Amino acid sequence: MAYKRQTDRLPIPPADAKVQTVSCHYCIVGCGYKAYSWPATKQGGTAASENAFGIDLGKQQDANADGWFAPSMYNMVKQDGKDRHLVIKPDVNCVVNSGLGSIRGGRMAENQYSTARGTQLQRLTDPLVWRYGTWQPTGWDDALDLVARVTAQVITDKGEDELVVSMFDHGGSAGGYENTWGTGKLYFDSMKIKNVRIHNRPAYNSEVHATRDMGVGELNNAYEDAELADTLVAVGCNPLETQSNYFLNHWIPNLRGTSLDKKKKMIPGEEHAPAKIIFIDPRRTVSVAAAEAEAGKENVLHLALNSGTDLLLLNAIFTYIADKGWVDSEFIANSTIKKAVARPALYPARGVADSNPGHLTNFKAAVEGCRVSVEEAAKITGLAAADIVKAAEWIAKPKAGGKRRRVMTGYEKGIIWGNDNYRTNGALVNISLATGNVGRLGGGCVRLGGHQEGYVRPSDAHVGRPATYVDQLLMSGKGGVHHIWACDHYKTTLNASKFKRIHKQRADKVKDAIDAAAGGTRDELVSAIVSAIREGGLFVVNMDIKHSQIGQNAHVILPGAQAGEMHLTSMNGERRMRITEKYMDPPGSSRPDCLIAAGIAQNMERVLREMGKDNYADQFKGYDWKTEEDAFEDGYRKNAGGGEFVTYDRLRAMGTNGFQEPATGLKGETIIGTSRLYTDGVFSSENGKAKFIDAPWRGLQAKGKQQQKDRYPFLINNGRTNLAWQNMFLDEDNEFVMDRAPYPAIEMHPDDMAKLGVKAGDLVEVYNNVGATQAMAYPTPSAKKGETFMQFGHPKGAHGNVVNAGVNELILPNYKQTWASIRKLADAPATVKHLTFKSKEYMA
Amino acid sequence: MKRCNNLVDAGRRQFLQGGAMATAGVAAAVMVPTQAKAATAKARVEYPSNRLGNISDLVENEPFDVSYPDEDAPGVLLKLGAAVQGGAGPASDIVGFTTVCPHKGYPLNYSDSDRSFSCPGHYSRFDPEAGGQQIHGQATSNLPQYILRIDAKGDIYAEGIDELLYGRLSNTL
Repeated sequence: MAYKRQTDRLPIPPADAKVQTVSCHYCIVGCGYKAYSWPATKQGGTAASENAFGIDLGKQQDANADGWFAPSMYNMVKQDGKDRHLVIKPDVNCVVNSGLGSIRGGRMAENQYSTARGTQLQRLTDPLVWRYGTWQPTGWDDALDLVARVTAQVITDKGEDELVVSMFDHGGSAGGYENTWGTGKLYFDSMKIKNVRIHNRPAYNSEVHATRDMGVGELNNAYEDAELADTLVAVGCNPLETQSNYFLNHWIPNLRGTSLDKKKKMIPGEEHAPAKIIFIDPRRTVSVAAAEAEAGKENVLHLALNSGTDLLLLNAIFTYIADKGWVDSEFIANSTIKKAVARPALYPARGVADSNPGHLTNFKAAVEGCRVSVEEAAKITGLAAADIVKAAEWIAKPKAGGKRRRVMTGYEKGIIWGNDNYRTNGALVNISLATGNVGRLGGGCVRLGGHQEGYVRPSDAHVGRPATYVDQLLMSGKGGVHHIWACDHYKTTLNASKFKRIHKQRADKVKDAIDAAAGGTRDELVSAIVSAIREGGLFVVNMDIKHSQIGQNAHVILPGAQAGEMHLTSMNGERRMRITEKYMDPPGSSRPDCLIAAGIAQNMERVLREMGKDNYADQFKGYDWKTEEDAFEDGYRKNAGGGEFVTYDRLRAMGTNGFQEPATGLKGETIIGTSRLYTDGVFSSENGKAKFIDAPWRGLQAKGKQQQKDRYPFLINNGRTNLAWQNMFLDEDNEFVMDRAPYPAIEMHPDDMAKLGVKAGDLVEVYNNVGATQAMAYPTPSAKKGETFMQFGHPKGAHGNVVNAGVNELILPNYKQTWASIRKLADAPATVKHLTFKSKEYMA
Repeated sequence: MKRCNNLVDAGRRQFLQGGAMATAGVAAAVMVPTQAKAATAKARVEYPSNRLGNISDLVENEPFDVSYPDEDAPGVLLKLGAAVQGGAGPASDIVGFTTVCPHKGYPLNYSDSDRSFSCPGHYSRFDPEAGGQQIHGQATSNLPQYILRIDAKGDIYAEGIDELLYGRLSNTL
């Protein structure tokens, strides 16, 4: 049977329930929610005066009602050690989501730790140390002392490059301004750690170097712009599934035509119609289907190009627009560089240097460098030439009276984790700049995002560019200590089969040494560990909220708190900063990451002083934080642009709407923000002028991709799905999710399945020259033959096992262009017998 | 099974004895203010057993409009022609579902081409042939399904629901 909770009623929040602000910590959108909590033995009533909503709950509520919450929005948690009811319900007054909750955020309450109701009991409650052949719980002082002693010994012996760090750089789920600062101060200020990587890529780098190098910060518009645009362009993204309420609450109204009044009011003096939308994606997604249902097929253009050919398509559109003269000449003249820059010596194969793999120049030179005809692009992309022309027209052909079309472009992992990241990202920005669509109403050229953001750290300039390919470094036996913060490379890195094998071998050496040293003194233990490191071992410290897959290799595990268990600030995809207030206790003795980092720093200082290294020890001063707010004061307030205007109290008062960064001042206690960037035409470059990129096509850029494509029959496209958040670290303990997605689905055309003798729900092995993984076949008639799509990051099958090591010059991974063979492993197991395999596409 | 029931009975007796002692304690303390008596309430809502139709009313793959547990809760009965999860009747092929989307309360459409419900509000989809499992969408519950009983005359009764209905914090108002 499909999973049912057998809930027939829920406790009602009483009129005096505590109400706190929550911004959903799961995705970039950061939907506004309110947390209601009240004592375990109290309850409200149905009369309006008896409940926290002030609504008569004795009646059936209408659609979009404020007076209802789903069973998943309820739990019983601890507050100051006491059991309290908790409801986390979408906020109808938040401009981001207007009361909508997604399938992920709508489960925030249910996905919290509850001893009373048995939810998320997988959460860590105490530090764990590898002892006696397993992980033993211990106290913080003991665990931190061991971390500091081994780390200090190794970096004083062999230098800070021996400490390898994997850490989040975002907000929301894990991260947040408090925690990026705490970790950043430790590794970039107290130390200068160079061998560092981020949760989803094997180096410490930007996902979007090109747009930044061109002077265009990637989160440059407001969500409202999606309601105002004439044309929406969605490149390598699937917003219904991965930015759900941004799409539902801001894109859909424009496709339906319900934002027309707003357009006329905000942008008078030009004609307006419901938006058209262009999707550039090899796969037909549910976003395409929903757009067709709302806007009509005639207003939806899905360019289902051959995987990895985006650059060529974008260059063809750019060329066509330029040749037609459909460009914003005034904007180009005023806001972009005037002079062409000489081409680098190894053009077009290489950029100026590996640190700068493109060629940034003026508009004219970029057009000539990118020049490709529609016909040639059609041949390689597999698209109809007429469709490429149609895309150019929808983007740039002027409206009545010569008014320029307002075009909002959103992109995400399809090109970020796609072929030739730098040039493709730049080629997209070329189009937005040429058409004057950055910094204007209904415009923007934006990364749609995964997590919320929350980055404030000391300078990372010492990391260098290109940054270290950290996975390769670890696999080559380098590095002696690995600190991991909320990253599970077992599920989310590339070349994962090899990475896991070697990481485990190296960690096992240290485990064996610890086991052999059992019963000895602390000094003997540290010596044994350091000796094992000298022999190729790796000492692994894992900071996480649960015992993760990579945590299986850890020697010390330190339990973190997440949003809601601490105050946590983040900003969403339109730079909207909010606070999520602490509405419950963290499990056991777990702590905010910023305070864990402080604990490591304080122990490092103590241990280094004991070692007689006072100068080094002094570098670890400055962590006397009692709370996460102390870390916020030390970090964001003093270091973020406009940070001086932002306080917890002001954020609390501004609730789920917060303000859009950067803060520019105060009006009383209200923070004044910035709706859009670049409205003055001044860009983020040395002279304020944006640059174009001369970025010719060069085939599949990353090493080994073309050979893999030639050798294996199936494209293994991959990405997130609607149901699950990130690598399912919490969802794998949520029955509603696991009932629907017990295995990672691989969407396959039914004819491909028939050829392989595979039925719906059967388990298949996906294998190629770099590894193998497994998935569950999901028949998908809309899929192209030979092109599959596999869920990313599922605990029961890591797609990264079959992704090769190929990266671009700046060490950006290329997950999307992966080819492999598929064979049947097993008939559909009992756990999938009840599943539906019907089409996910909306049917009107 | 019998032994388990005996254990339950034993537990109940102990509970009653404890209760009696507490009562005696209260009676002995003469000056203690009168104790409020806890109201008795059942742990679950009482579902009505409502006749929603007769097997003869149903045509395969055509939704038959009903409401349950009251008039403000629209739903459908569906005869699917093959045994399905939660199916009632001689062929275990008759199911009943709410038609209010458990996400935001929009009325669901039924598509007879692939026997699915779709929500025009936010594109959620549910499969009546799979216990109302959400095929895709934004609801955090699968589709509430009726517990059906069919008597000898072919009358179809709903006697409960397996999930909370949208728009009410108690399935019975």
